[in-house]
Amino acid sequence: MSTPFYVSPEQLMKDRADFARKGIARGRSLAAVQYADGVLLVTENPSQALHKVSELYDRLAFAAVGRYNEFENLRIAGVRLADMRGYAYDRRDVTGRGLANAYAQTLGTIFSAGGEKPYEVEIFVAEIGESAADDQIYRLTYEGRVADEHGFAVMGGDADTVTSYLQENYVAGADLASALSVAVAALGHSADGGKVEDRVIPLEDLEVAVLDRTRVQPRKFRRILPARLVELLGERGPAVAAPEAHTSETPTSAAPDSGAPADLPPTPSGGEGSGEPPVAPPL
Amino acid sequence: MNDARIPGAFLRPGTSSFSDFVAENAPDLLPARRSLPAGSAAELAPHGTTIVAATFPGGLVMAGDRRATMGNVIAQRDIEKVFPADEYSVVGIAGTAGLAVEMVRLFQVELEHYEKIEGTILSLDGKANRLSALIRANLGMAMQGLAVVPMFAGYDLDRGVGRIFGYDVTGGRHEERSFFTVGSGSLFARGALKKLYRDDLSQDDAVRVCLQALYDAADDDSATGGPDLTRRIFPVVWVATADGVTRLDEQTLAALADQMVDARMVRPDGPVAPLPGGESGGVDGGVAGGGEESQA
Repeated sequence: MSTPFYVSPEQLMKDRADFARKGIARGRSLAAVQYADGVLLVTENPSQALHKVSELYDRLAFAAVGRYNEFENLRIAGVRLADMRGYAYDRRDVTGRGLANAYAQTLGTIFSAGGEKPYEVEIFVAEIGESAADDQIYRLTYEGRVADEHGFAVMGGDADTVTSYLQENYVAGADLASALSVAVAALGHSADGGKVEDRVIPLEDLEVAVLDRTRVQPRKFRRILPARLVELLGERGPAVAAPEAHTSETPTSAAPDSGAPADLPPTPSGGEGSGEPPVAPPL
Repeated sequence: MNDARIPGAFLRPGTSSFSDFVAENAPDLLPARRSLPAGSAAELAPHGTTIVAATFPGGLVMAGDRRATMGNVIAQRDIEKVFPADEYSVVGIAGTAGLAVEMVRLFQVELEHYEKIEGTILSLDGKANRLSALIRANLGMAMQGLAVVPMFAGYDLDRGVGRIFGYDVTGGRHEERSFFTVGSGSLFARGALKKLYRDDLSQDDAVRVCLQALYDAADDDSATGGPDLTRRIFPVVWVATADGVTRLDEQTLAALADQMVDARMVRPDGPVAPLPGGESGGVDGGVAGGGEESQA
């Protein structure tokens, strides 16, 4: 007969939070930056097929860091919720606030439920309105906290260093090219192995998408492909790929020290050989 | 959606089809999931009528008249029956208007949903097949007089051509190479298209051909509306090319319709087709000028 160990609720929650935080910090950072025509989402992602940034609805985008299979689940749930609501009511009735709430409730319940491992994810739900003043970035954390971000927001990886760079260099109301340059420079400005360095991220490792209110179609989400990135970023000097140890969230290298099984995420699509789907034609 | 955690069904990996997902989790939302009492409901709801489509090198045009009828009554003068299905395809509807518009809405979400979940666009044949499935689900209601007969067309990104698909009420589909018509005025429109269509039409001429065909349908079918010159209501025209789908703007349409009606003032039956081997009028019968030159 064994006596169960007593673990105080504080300790239990702290352990779970530490576990989730560690998982999230392992990946590369993702930055959401408001610019004149909408919201820009930038991250470093060597995989061309497994996206960290994607479309939710007409004016809504989803971005996530952490464990791929977990946030992919949440993304699909969000798309289903949004499409179901838009179909049952009207397209205008699908709001970022509604989706952020649904995500918060889900993450919160999973975090505090004893039987489940907490999700190792952090999510942005970005929404654009008629003008820059109506744009919103919601940050959702692993324990279901919702925060309303203004100007810019960073999650995952070495978020604090990237945030401090953006605090110094972010300009409100910038055009796409300058907002992108600042965001990419910020992502390259991170501490790998203790020392903060500025690194030029290779173009092909960048995943960039915008919610662009100047797009005439009702669906405002658009990926920005490498060909267009070259034009926007201009000459940047020799590129340096991300150090290996830091790319654990992509399926190529499974999470090294996680207690959870390092299962491979489901591949979201088959035929992506031709590059981007024509959902969002290049600029 | 505001009060609790997302239901398990939403988080479960599975189908990337929106209509399958809805059928499982909220079947009441689907337009075709109704069991009706026996008898015909055909006279209860407005019907939409004629849709025409024609391809041209590099794309296609789909146009629909604006009339909805209930028996002998004109139920609506400005109904829209041609819709964008996604950014590269269009869908036109004939039959019970209320159900058809709902089915188009479902089809639009279906395509967009797949695109978002899978991260890639469906092939044109894939889209046409999905529409077959939606129509087949409506078969019970079709047998009680509430049939929906759409026409689907789109720009095939792989082949670089415009393609048209016609359907029957059982969901059977068939591809048309050059032009197609559905609805009550379709026979008359098809006759006009036969005489006016050619393989090398420009985009503008393809639009003109479709407008002429709709005029001929309206001329002989009371359920098809012609251009309404007093209210300035003109057919809805969508064009699909490699750049995506666009709706022809009102000014352009008004100008084209006025041009066509002016020509019909002189010759009410419309442009004359060339008669090979005939003794008269075998040379100048094209539609290139929108009708003016074709009265020789």
